[in-house]
Amino acid sequence: MTASLRLRAGIVSILLLAVFLAAWHLATRSVGPATNMSPKYAKLMGLTATQGKSAMPGPLDVGAKLWEHLKRPFYDNGPNDKGLGIQLGYSIARVMLGYLIAVVIAIPLGFLIGMSPLMSRALDPFIQILKPISPLAWMPLALYTIKDSSLSAIFVIFICSVWPMLINTAFGVASVRKEWINVARTLEVGHLRRAFTVILPAAAPTILTGMRISIGIAWLVIVAAEMLVGGTGIGYFVWNEWNNLSITNVIIAILLIGLVGMALDQILARFARLVTFPE
Amino acid sequence: MPDKFISIEGIAKRYDSGARETTIFDDLWLAVARGEFVCVIGHSGCGKTTVLNILAGLDSPSKGAVIVDGQAIEGPSLDRAVIFQSHALLPWRSVLGNVAYAVSSKWRNWDRVKVKAHAQSFIDLVGLSGSEHKRPSELSGGMKQRVGIARALSITPKIMLMDEPFSALDALTRGTLQDEVRRICLETGQTVFMITHDVDEAIYLADKIVLMTNGPGAVLAEIVENPLPKERLRGDLHRHPLYYGVRNHIIDFLVSRSKTFTSDRPDHDPRKVPLVRIGKPELTITSGVEQQAVESRQASWPGLARPLTSS
Repeated sequence: MTASLRLRAGIVSILLLAVFLAAWHLATRSVGPATNMSPKYAKLMGLTATQGKSAMPGPLDVGAKLWEHLKRPFYDNGPNDKGLGIQLGYSIARVMLGYLIAVVIAIPLGFLIGMSPLMSRALDPFIQILKPISPLAWMPLALYTIKDSSLSAIFVIFICSVWPMLINTAFGVASVRKEWINVARTLEVGHLRRAFTVILPAAAPTILTGMRISIGIAWLVIVAAEMLVGGTGIGYFVWNEWNNLSITNVIIAILLIGLVGMALDQILARFARLVTFPE
Repeated sequence: MPDKFISIEGIAKRYDSGARETTIFDDLWLAVARGEFVCVIGHSGCGKTTVLNILAGLDSPSKGAVIVDGQAIEGPSLDRAVIFQSHALLPWRSVLGNVAYAVSSKWRNWDRVKVKAHAQSFIDLVGLSGSEHKRPSELSGGMKQRVGIARALSITPKIMLMDEPFSALDALTRGTLQDEVRRICLETGQTVFMITHDVDEAIYLADKIVLMTNGPGAVLAEIVENPLPKERLRGDLHRHPLYYGVRNHIIDFLVSRSKTFTSDRPDHDPRKVPLVRIGKPELTITSGVEQQAVESRQASWPGLARPLTSS
């Protein structure tokens, strides 16, 4: 029953994709010479005017270009012409670095907040004010203090991914069932061992949920951050290709951003499944 | 009381809620001898669980102290194992993992193999052989509570504290688990302090049944000595000539006297809780204030007189 449901859902997905691609193809196809004009004028005007063809590429153009990119993802022809693999690599590396720094800071701090009602109350106003700030608003401050555009991007990733992890860790730690703590207490388990053997496993599903939200936000923000700081990365690539008026490349980049974001989310989902326990 | 293994000395518990102070119980005195099985019966809200938590060291009294084996309780201890009402198993650990966690907490320098073997022997003791690698979520309520019992026994405690351990179980499972707890406690000579709502459970398991009045301001009203012999079978309980006497005495207390006890007995001395012996034909009081005869109610109902002898 479930297998057949999956099969049917898969068929519907493929059908929807086919309809979308067909509609896209029809909407962007060339409708033939629009008007009679002198060949010289036509050459000046480009395909948009002469062939009635939209500047928006069709799925076949995008497919062909994508294939080109996939054939050589890691070429490097100078600062403005790098392979997509390199650009994505830069973005992923920045996200990972900023995200890992956030993990290292948010989880112990979240533990502290979750364990101590005093720290929880004391830090709450700061968290409430800092949390809703758009990470990009930090960019000028980061650029001024860090004086390095690439590091500033990493800082922005850090600042945007720290909050969901911090809040979820604090919540998860604070809401560990009292009876589990009592079990550890009656067994005279020390504070450190209790934190690792009872509180951490009990709060792990909540912490992982926070980490999953964070990686999603980090991947959203890196594109915007790289558009601002420039140089390398998939965000920079999108903006550069927009300046080149290569809509095809922009579409390819959008597709790849989506795929990488999904992959990152799935990796975290897998980790979450490992630590989830049925009650 | 010659041997005071556990001595509860004048403990009280109060909660401050702004201007009003609520006294859950005040000036509680109780002594438990080594190897004794004591059940506490009382209505919800009388502070039974708080008393147990104080004994466990999870809670501290507002006044007074509890002395166990000559030492005042100053926090939880591996000498006192708790069996929680909600079994409180760690759901991310297997059955073996849960018991091994307790074992490795008690003997921190034991290696993995030794811990595992020790834990396994207690899993076998409670009849869970074959389920040691299951997660708590895969077990039935009765099996979960067995794991809780195995975990408590595995650290070979001096005292077992049980907070309504069987209340969440169905009657059949409860019966078998009572049998096993009784067998294990008799074999190991455990001192047990147990809270229950179930009168029959108390009569089957306990040597002494402590009756607690309604809270707030609860006191220990009586200690009923179980007249049934040590060798008792669950199926035979109700045939014992004194069974209904004890049962009716406790039920009378729960139904009416638990409410009115404090006002009926203004001179009740919390340090000398009367020890009630249900005998035939009437009750005798062996300690406490002599004149305060606990009125015998169990045989006053014509037509429902308990059988004097049956076998």
